[in-house]
This record gives sequence, structure tokens and C-alpha cells, in this order.
Amino acid sequence: MRSILPVLSVIAAIVALWYLAAVPMNIHQAVTDAARAGQTVHPPEAAARRDLGGWRLALENPGAVAGVFSQARPRLPAPHQVLTELWRTTAGKKITSKRSLVFHGWITLSATLLGFAIGTAMGILLAVGIVYSRAMDMSVMPWAIASQTIPILAIAPMIIVVLNSVGLQGLLPKAIISAYLSFFPVVVGMVKGLRAPEAMQLDLLRTYSASKSEMFWKLRLPASMPYLFASLKVGIAASLVGAIVGELPTGAVRGLGARLLAGSYYGQTIQIWSALLAAAVLAAVLVSIVGLIERATLRRMGLNR
Amino acid sequence: MPVVSARDVDLTFQTGDGPVQALKGISLDIDKGDFVSFIGPSGCGKTTFLRVIAALEEPTAGQITVNGMSPDEARRARAYGYVFQAAGLYPWRTIGGNIRLPLEIMGFSKAERAERVAKVLELVELTGFENKFPWQLSGGMQQRASIARALAFDAEILLMDEPFGALDEIVRDHLNEQLLALWGRTGKTIGFVTHSIPEAVYLSTKIVVMSPRPGRIADVIESPLPRERPLDIRDTPEFLEVAHRVRDGLRAVNAYD
Repeated sequence: MRSILPVLSVIAAIVALWYLAAVPMNIHQAVTDAARAGQTVHPPEAAARRDLGGWRLALENPGAVAGVFSQARPRLPAPHQVLTELWRTTAGKKITSKRSLVFHGWITLSATLLGFAIGTAMGILLAVGIVYSRAMDMSVMPWAIASQTIPILAIAPMIIVVLNSVGLQGLLPKAIISAYLSFFPVVVGMVKGLRAPEAMQLDLLRTYSASKSEMFWKLRLPASMPYLFASLKVGIAASLVGAIVGELPTGAVRGLGARLLAGSYYGQTIQIWSALLAAAVLAAVLVSIVGLIERATLRRMGLNR
Repeated sequence: MPVVSARDVDLTFQTGDGPVQALKGISLDIDKGDFVSFIGPSGCGKTTFLRVIAALEEPTAGQITVNGMSPDEARRARAYGYVFQAAGLYPWRTIGGNIRLPLEIMGFSKAERAERVAKVLELVELTGFENKFPWQLSGGMQQRASIARALAFDAEILLMDEPFGALDEIVRDHLNEQLLALWGRTGKTIGFVTHSIPEAVYLSTKIVVMSPRPGRIADVIESPLPRERPLDIRDTPEFLEVAHRVRDGLRAVNAYD
């Protein structure tokens, strides 16, 4: 409870800064609107106004400042505009409606979760291979690193096109792009985790003549759990980014990515910002769910004191 | 027949800086029921020799048998329990779970596992701590749990590599006393690495003094002390006499300059 106050202060500061930033961003449009409505503005020529900075123009026309917070297509929507839009498109719509953010969020979430599952499984399998096979250690790791240096925005359309040509459409291509981003942190974390046991702990199992599979199940795997969960938190956020990016190049009409795309086609900045905020909230929820599972698992294992 | 019999054992490690001779011409017999301490400065090969007995290292020359078998066969026949310098308990397993670990790997039945865990916990005086996690125990108790783990599958030989090296003197005294009592009750053969002269003299029936570069045996001292040893035996002239011999042996072969 003691941490509530600092958290609230930070949020209040961000909101205040956001409102403040909306003034210079939107003032040109606000002054133009005022001029069209027949009010006297300074300077009167549109071309002269265009050359003035945002703050300067706001100082010249204090009467028009109120107009920066209520435009239909502002450069930077004010927080309350975004929240109103969020409320309108979540609570205010049936969740089956094409205008509901819950509907679009679910489309993206399902691709995220499937991609996360594929990415995690692939990451763990690759890590096991890398730890147990020197050849894989030498060959797979450089490729895994190289794969992450390619911008996802560049490779996503290729994946969509290639998969489409073999008849795969819809959820799976998006999930694969999402897995492409999320397998990497899992590989890195799991390799470190599976190698975490000290030489002494491995020697101990050798004195019992334990088999390789017993070494894996009884020592390496449990020792890797804290590393795995740290990776999963990064991985699930990356999965969401992958799923959204996967929706952009397909001209998708459903999903948070589609909302972003449609918003940018029609200059609907409020729609873009509310989709962004929804994605951020979704990511926060997903990461905290993984965090809760982590705490419960590690506490059960006695690793969380 | 001796439990451990080594003849001219050599071991050379290949390192980046060229070969390092860790053991040279080690010949030693350990009889059943012996408590043998290996003492010497760092790099004298005492730990390496213990690892050779345990088949964790392979000698490059010479012969060694454990229970009449090769060390590797002896390991598979569960001839020994090994206690490491650090307790090395798995933090995700309870004390009971840690002691069950070798039993699970060796395929004991569930009922027998429970019975053996209870028995060895009593031996090391940790009854009631079965369901605690390692971090809930002190360092000395953790090391006792790791001894219980080595005892659980009833190996005839107990190999201990500086098991109390990281503990303070008061705890160490207490554990030494307990270890002697345990040895008296179980009649096991114990190989014990240490660099403490009082510890070696207090515990052992036979003290092997080693010297470094290359690691070799400098002296083997048969202790004249009785098997029953209260802590204050350390103030008797006999004890001081043996300690003196060990110290002389160490001084003779190790030039500290």
C-alpha cells in the first residue's frame, strides 16, 4: 500500500506532460478552426501561422488553446479522448462487433498465445540441443542471433507470402511471426539455465552413476527454472509485438494491428492511440500472469524465499 | 584384502600450459574399517587421489582397485558415498528430497526410500528436518544432511573431501565428534581429505601426509590413539605426539619459502 503514492505521482506526472504536449502539437489546427468560425486570430494569414512554432502560436492565441483537447483528428489526442475511445470500443460495444477492441484484442491475443507456445517449445528444444550437442552449439547459436538482427517488419511479409503459397492463412502465419520473436529469449535463457549446475553437482550425480536423462530431469531442468521464467516474461511481450506486426503487412481487417493500420489510413489518431494503449495493457497483463505463475512455481520448488 | 589398494598410481592433467603431474607413484592400502586422512598443502593431490578412488578421475599409470574391482566398476556397484567440500544440496528439494535423490536414481522402492531417509536423518541428528528446504538450515546442518545423503544407500566406503572446511571451528569440533560416533556405529571405511592437523589426528587411524609438485605420499602415520576418542583427547601427550609427527612430516617435504 505504501507504494501506491509514488506510483500515482508518476502516473499524474505522465498525464500532465501528455496534456501539456497536446498544446503545441494541436494548436495550429485549433487556431485554423477558430479562424474558420469567424474569430480573430493572430497572425491572420494561414501561411504565416504555419511558420510559427507551436508554443509561440499558443501564446499569440490563448483563446484557441481550449480547442486543442477536443479535435476529431488531433496530431496528439489528449488522454481523456483516448480513454473515452477505449471505453466506447470496449464496454460500449458488443464483443462480437467489428468495432469492439475486445474482439480485435482477442484476435491478436490468440495469435500471441499460439506463437508464444510455439516459440517457447522451440526455444526449449533448441536450448537442449545446444547444451547436449557441441555441433548444435557451434551451428545453431549464430543463426539464432542472426535471425534477431533482421527487422521483423522486413521478414514478416515474406513469411506471410511463403506460408500463403503453401495454403496456410489466418492464425498460423501470425503465430509463426510471433514465435520468431519469442523463441530467442527462451533459447538464451534456457541455455544459461541448463548450464547453471556447478561441476560439483554434476560430479555428485556421476558418483551415483546417473544416466544422462536423469541428469537432465533431476538436475539441469529444475536448475534452469528461474532462468526460464525470466525469459518467458521477455518472450510473451515479444510474442505480442510479433502478432501485431504480423497483422500489418497482410492488410488484415481484424486484430489490434489491423486497427492501427486502419487508423493510419484514415488519420484516426484517437483510434491508433487507443489500440496502442490496449496493446500496452494486454502486454502488461500477459507479463504479470507469467510473473504470477513464476512466483507460484518457484515458491513450490522452494526457490523463492 | 584391503578395501582400496593403489600401486604406483600416476595422474597427469593435460592443461593449456602443458602437462601437470598431479599424482606420482601413489601406493597405499586402506583396510576395512580404517579412517584414513589425507593431509597436505594445496596442490598436493589429496583431493585428486580421492577422486581417483571415486572414478571421477582416471589414473594415467598404475593400478588401483576398490573392493577388488576397478574404481569404475566399484562406482556402479555403489561401493562408496561421496561428500563434497560444499554441501551441494539441491535448493529445490527438501532435506528429505535431497537424501532421496540417490535412492531414486538407484531404484529403491518408495517404502524403502522413506525408511532409509528416516534412518539416516536420525544418524546425523536431523530428525524432524525432512520437509525443510536447505536454505532454512545452518551451514553445519546442511553439511550433515549431505553426509546423510552419502550414507543413504549404505555404501561400505565414505569418501569425504574437506567436508567441514568451510565451517567455523566450534561447529567443526561438534561435527568431528558426531562423525567419529557415526563411524563407530556403522563400521564404515572412511577416506577424509583435510588440511587441518588437529582434525586429521583426532579422526584418523591412519594419516597420509602428502607433498606437492608432483603430488606424492611423504609419510604414512598409523595412529596409536584408541578408537574411542572424547574431544579432550586432544590435550593428551599421545595426541600431541602424533600431531607433532604430522607437522614434522609436512615440514620436511614442503619447503615454505
